[in-house]
Amino acid sequence: MSVMSGKELPRDGRDLEGTELHERLEKTWGTPPGLWAWISTVDHKRISKRYIVTALIFMLLGGILSLVMRVQLATPESGLITPDRYNQLFTMHGTTMMFLFAVPVMEAMAVFLVPLMIGTRAISFPRLNAFSYWIYLAGGVLLWVAFILNIGPDAGWFAYVPLSGPEYSPGKRTDIWAQMVTFTEVAALAVSVELVATILKQRAPGMTLSRMPLFVWVSLVTSFMVIFSMPSVALTSGFLLSDRLVGTQFFNPYEHGDALLWQHLFWFFGHPEVYIIFLPGVGFVSHIVETFCRRSVLFYPAMVLAVVSIGLLAFGLWVHHMFATGLPRLGYAFYTAASMAVAIPSGVQVFCWIATMWDGRPRFDTPLLYVVGFIFTFVIGGLTGVMLASVPLDLQLHDTYFVVAHFHYVLIGGAVFPLLGAFTYWFPKFTGRMMSERMGKWTFWTLFLGFQLAFAPMHWSGILGMPRRVYTYPAGLGLEQTNMLSTVGAFAFAAGLFMFLENAAVSLRRRANAGSNPWDASGLEWAVSSPPASYNFAHIPVVSSRTPLWDNRDHLPVMTGLRVDDRELLITTVMEAKPDLREPSPVPTAWPLIAAIATTAMFIASIFTPWAVVVGAVPTAAALIAWFWPKGPETPEPVIQ
Amino acid sequence: MIPPPKFVGDLTDLPTHAFGHRSLTWWGVVAFFMIEGAAFAMAFAAYFFLITGEQSWPPAPYRPPDLLAGTLFTLIMLASEIPNTRLKRAAEKKDLRSVRIGLLIMTAVCIPLFVLRGFEFASLNVWWTDNAYGSIMWALLFLHLTHFATDFVDTVVLACLVNTRHAAEDRRMVDVAENAMYWRFVWLLWLPIYFMLYWIPRL
Repeated sequence: MSVMSGKELPRDGRDLEGTELHERLEKTWGTPPGLWAWISTVDHKRISKRYIVTALIFMLLGGILSLVMRVQLATPESGLITPDRYNQLFTMHGTTMMFLFAVPVMEAMAVFLVPLMIGTRAISFPRLNAFSYWIYLAGGVLLWVAFILNIGPDAGWFAYVPLSGPEYSPGKRTDIWAQMVTFTEVAALAVSVELVATILKQRAPGMTLSRMPLFVWVSLVTSFMVIFSMPSVALTSGFLLSDRLVGTQFFNPYEHGDALLWQHLFWFFGHPEVYIIFLPGVGFVSHIVETFCRRSVLFYPAMVLAVVSIGLLAFGLWVHHMFATGLPRLGYAFYTAASMAVAIPSGVQVFCWIATMWDGRPRFDTPLLYVVGFIFTFVIGGLTGVMLASVPLDLQLHDTYFVVAHFHYVLIGGAVFPLLGAFTYWFPKFTGRMMSERMGKWTFWTLFLGFQLAFAPMHWSGILGMPRRVYTYPAGLGLEQTNMLSTVGAFAFAAGLFMFLENAAVSLRRRANAGSNPWDASGLEWAVSSPPASYNFAHIPVVSSRTPLWDNRDHLPVMTGLRVDDRELLITTVMEAKPDLREPSPVPTAWPLIAAIATTAMFIASIFTPWAVVVGAVPTAAALIAWFWPKGPETPEPVIQ
Repeated sequence: MIPPPKFVGDLTDLPTHAFGHRSLTWWGVVAFFMIEGAAFAMAFAAYFFLITGEQSWPPAPYRPPDLLAGTLFTLIMLASEIPNTRLKRAAEKKDLRSVRIGLLIMTAVCIPLFVLRGFEFASLNVWWTDNAYGSIMWALLFLHLTHFATDFVDTVVLACLVNTRHAAEDRRMVDVAENAMYWRFVWLLWLPIYFMLYWIPRL
């Protein structure tokens, strides 16, 4: 191979900066107008926005189902909803919120923010990112079309066998649930692979692991958690499908299968799932606290260790979901201890934030209000969690509304409040516009009070013995008052969400006014325009601290020399983030969409016949080969060999 | 306001590809190892969980699987690491001629493996519908088949690719090296499965 310097190729630097550089980079990295470009784009920011909008639509749909359930439960012996429909409602609500809203929206935030926070021009494997969105969309549409056609799943979001098995759930309802799981797991796993590679290999020069922003740390940890936990549910839902379709006996006790095998494999995924949803909230809160208290988060190493230890502990306590199935005594003791142990790193985090607020100068703008709402609500949810970790109490409260109250405190308090704070905080970065602060404060208080009104009374409903997943309750058991309060609170919470969306919609219609760093924050994502250009960074930033923008107010140190006529990324070393390689980044293509369509056809057909796996593998493989087949660089790559 | 840039270094002279953990591709492949490894680990856990529900393994009156096909499969798998290592080294040395031959050899090695895999299913001595034992035995063998078939397709595609103009680009050699690494994962994972399918029922 000929040796060429490659120096004659256009690169950013002293000779090429400012507007001219912007125009040339935009030509290389931009998504031109038009449907075809829209379909084939691999820009992580565009795909993230699609993910977020889709996840919010599913959140609204799942939320509407919860309101219908609350209307049904507002009064005893209500005849509004039939038992069969009610089974579908709570199954669809849980499935939608867990698989189609919570995990995808958190991953979508990371897909947008992580490349900006670590100073790179694109996410790794951007075509896989596009593919993951289409697959996720297909899974969500499959579930909701089935529900509208009255073949929605009805065996609960965890689809316990034998209820979900071939004997007690004939028809295709459960198969649709199980295959939807496959879709969303493929999507989530793909995003996790991208995030791990991006975080470990594409950080800006100087961003050692100990200088990584906390949201990037939680994204790394949650990505590993997805990688180790989601294969478990994909495998077990595959076992369930094969029990139902081709007559395997995994869960059939008459042929020495075991129903508890399902519970183990499901909760080995299901428990880490809770932390996969919660840990991104930890990241959001840390950034908001830092910016609005005007100082970096205290005890950074303790925060990182807490995040990592939650990630590890998450895999050691799934059995606490199974206390009521009967376990060996040692099992009870071990899983109680492990479940209680999670309170330690969670507590460390809460104290770190409080200490930061104590030592800083807090300014209670809307994002910080969500943090306060989060700490209040999450601590209550955490305490009821410690209560439920104790076996005698758990056996009493198992499958009651106390548990419903507990996990909504943890999930809405621990994940949705930080998410709404994060939406408000990064809204200017996503859109170039600020959300209304006045409306934001009204929204926060409506959501916060509505939430407490809806879910606090459920603790009492549960202690009084009201079971979950039952479509009504008799009059005269003392459940009327608490249920009515919960219903009123649920509608108040829904009104708050509506106010939030309305605030966002109104703000979007305003003129772009945010500027690159409206909150005077410290992270690299604020060193680019709002919304960011297609190429993110004109020059690759260089980092020498955890708060680069606060420490470099006059000049931002940068490195030059990436090509501008071809998509090129800087690859750095894993630990020290030293510049190592320049690697090309894939150009837009429609093959991920075509591959997703082929995969979707295969997955859906395999609900009906096992041969779909064999036949459908051919077009899927063909699309994947076409996707990976090199199309040849636009210009040759003359580099030092 | 965005602070103005201060130029502190230049990246022009960095290479555009590297082998092993320096490349992005390697990390993508390793992440997929972790995903597949996690899935197989759960399948292994299911296997041992189901053993606890039986008085004997295999449950009476079933016979353990016949050894011949699976053992031959294992021996060929182990032997295939010799051409596989040579292929990986050739790719790292960018020796295109040896890479072309090596990929053809690895493709050819897979043909008898596919045939033997068919005989393995036939020698399990149980149907997947018979009982949970039969289900998990078939599942392990089937999961490994998909794993092995995936790498086979990748090998065939690369064998074609290195005979086109794209072979001139050094990054293709990185792809070949990563594919050779994947093949190691395929046979390494097979060893515990072989033990579980053929020898644990004989213990």
